[in-house]
Amino acid sequence: MDFLFVIQQTLSATLGVNAIIFALAAIGLNMHFGYTGLLNFGQAGFLAIGAYSVAVPVISFGLSLWVAFLIGIFNSIIFALLLGVPTLRLRADYLAIVTIAFAEIVRQVARSATFNDSLGGSDGITGKFGKEFFDLNPFKGGLAIPILRFNGNDLWVVITGWILVAIITFIMWIMVNSPWGRVMRAIREDEDAVRSLGKNVYLYKMQSLIIGGAIGSIAGFVYALSRQSVQPDNYGTALTFFAYTVLILGGAARVFAPIVGAMIFWFLIVFIEQILREGVSSNLIPDWLIGVNQVGQIRFMLMGLGLMLLMIFRPQGIFGDKKELALDARA
Amino acid sequence: MQEHNSGAGFALTSAQTPGSTKPDPILIADNIVRQFGGLTAVNVNHLEIQRGSITALIGPNGAGKTTFFNLLTGYDSPNSGTWSFNGKALNGIPPHKVARLGMVRTFQLTKALYRLTVLENMLLGAKQQKGESVLLSVFPWIWRAQEEAIRVKAVSILKNFKLIDKQDDFAAALSGGQRKLLEMARALMVEPEMVMLDEPMAGVNPALKQSLLEHIKELRNEGKTVLFVEHDMDMVHEISDWVIVMAQGEIIAEGTPSTVMGNAQVIEAYLGAHHDADLSSEEA
Repeated sequence: MDFLFVIQQTLSATLGVNAIIFALAAIGLNMHFGYTGLLNFGQAGFLAIGAYSVAVPVISFGLSLWVAFLIGIFNSIIFALLLGVPTLRLRADYLAIVTIAFAEIVRQVARSATFNDSLGGSDGITGKFGKEFFDLNPFKGGLAIPILRFNGNDLWVVITGWILVAIITFIMWIMVNSPWGRVMRAIREDEDAVRSLGKNVYLYKMQSLIIGGAIGSIAGFVYALSRQSVQPDNYGTALTFFAYTVLILGGAARVFAPIVGAMIFWFLIVFIEQILREGVSSNLIPDWLIGVNQVGQIRFMLMGLGLMLLMIFRPQGIFGDKKELALDARA
Repeated sequence: MQEHNSGAGFALTSAQTPGSTKPDPILIADNIVRQFGGLTAVNVNHLEIQRGSITALIGPNGAGKTTFFNLLTGYDSPNSGTWSFNGKALNGIPPHKVARLGMVRTFQLTKALYRLTVLENMLLGAKQQKGESVLLSVFPWIWRAQEEAIRVKAVSILKNFKLIDKQDDFAAALSGGQRKLLEMARALMVEPEMVMLDEPMAGVNPALKQSLLEHIKELRNEGKTVLFVEHDMDMVHEISDWVIVMAQGEIIAEGTPSTVMGNAQVIEAYLGAHHDADLSSEEA
């Protein structure tokens, strides 16, 4: 068994591109769900909007990538408004249903044959739309040390990505600890009480939806850039639920939860897979128990088991406060 | 009239009939009708609330008191009718704007914000906070001074309400009575002109009850107007200057506490028309 290889693969995933994408998606959800109590099950839709917004303007319209980023943020705001105007007056459970539908509509429209020319149908878009970004890369050689390995492009995405995560987390930290954040948490507890104190709850919920959605679309930028392609079916409901897993793993309504949650999530997935693979290939795990082709499925089964145990023994997540969680039952 | 302890002395000058006019009304409601399907929950022809008074709104269960409260504060819309607060029409005004105008309510089922601390509950109440703007929230140096001033005020109110020892506890850790106190204290942070209390005494133990009563009287001494819904007749007797009685959505009587309690219509509404008749004579 090559333990060094297992460690290298696992650490590279823990700090890798996917962890950044899920951290950003979960930061957005933390704004929605953790701080404001908005049950948004359509975060994948915002990621899709971000991803298509960087690819389409560059590939189809020849615009600069930097302009495309701005278009992406603008689009996420527009979609948040479109989503929020009819739904934010609804009760939480209705919002959940509508947001699932929203994300599916985005995905289905993107993969429909009607927009084949600009959005690429079910094949999506592949091309060098990230060229301007990767041209700036000072680390074209990549990184290859015994415990960590990134190719040149990935290393650049990882470095800029984590810096971005740090900046966004810092801003979030200031905001949620401000009087504005206090209003948000109060809305999560009881909207009507907040109204009785003269706050425009609808406006605050809209702000939350827009901010969390915009951060989701930034996760979409990273997703698209890192792969230099956009595939509509990557933005299904599973993506949203994995982002929720990341958030709850870390502990909802805690600023560092998405970061640590995303790292643990990818650590576990890759570590379990690599251990199983090494075990199978070196015949430490007998063939009748797990075959090579079953590893991919079994890692998710073990992952699911791990999450169940977490929810049973530590329902508040890594950073959460169990006492605080228990208060909900009395409410 | 001896047991009537009005501090303002105005109550005696108004006619003790439903819908009577008051010398200086803060709230005026006209022809308010709210129907749920075929049921008319509220049907108030005319009502005036005297500025600076403590007015009790009483009536049997299902009389429409809470619905009427919800209508006045913007939480529900009537099928028809007009009402004004301080001369400003409130038709179609959403609840948060009603609160900003100076009419702040509490709820029958106490709405403490459980996973905020007691102090945070209080701080939330203050009006016109710069730090509550999404854009200014990221520049703490802009709002820090204001936040500190609000904190000083919140602490002084918490001391007055004897909740200061609990300021860092989650609101969920308070007892039912303490939550009622917190809700009232929080409403004061909005600096209201009129406080609407929906059953402030429900589920409160006798010791705490006395303290709540004192706080309500204090509001009147500060020149605020209080309208409260209550079932506890001792409390109504003890602190209210004026009593309005609702039954089946309508106002059937109003006047000083002692007059209203002796009113035949009121007794009938509460106990039924033949409550004092002998069962056998009724059958005969």
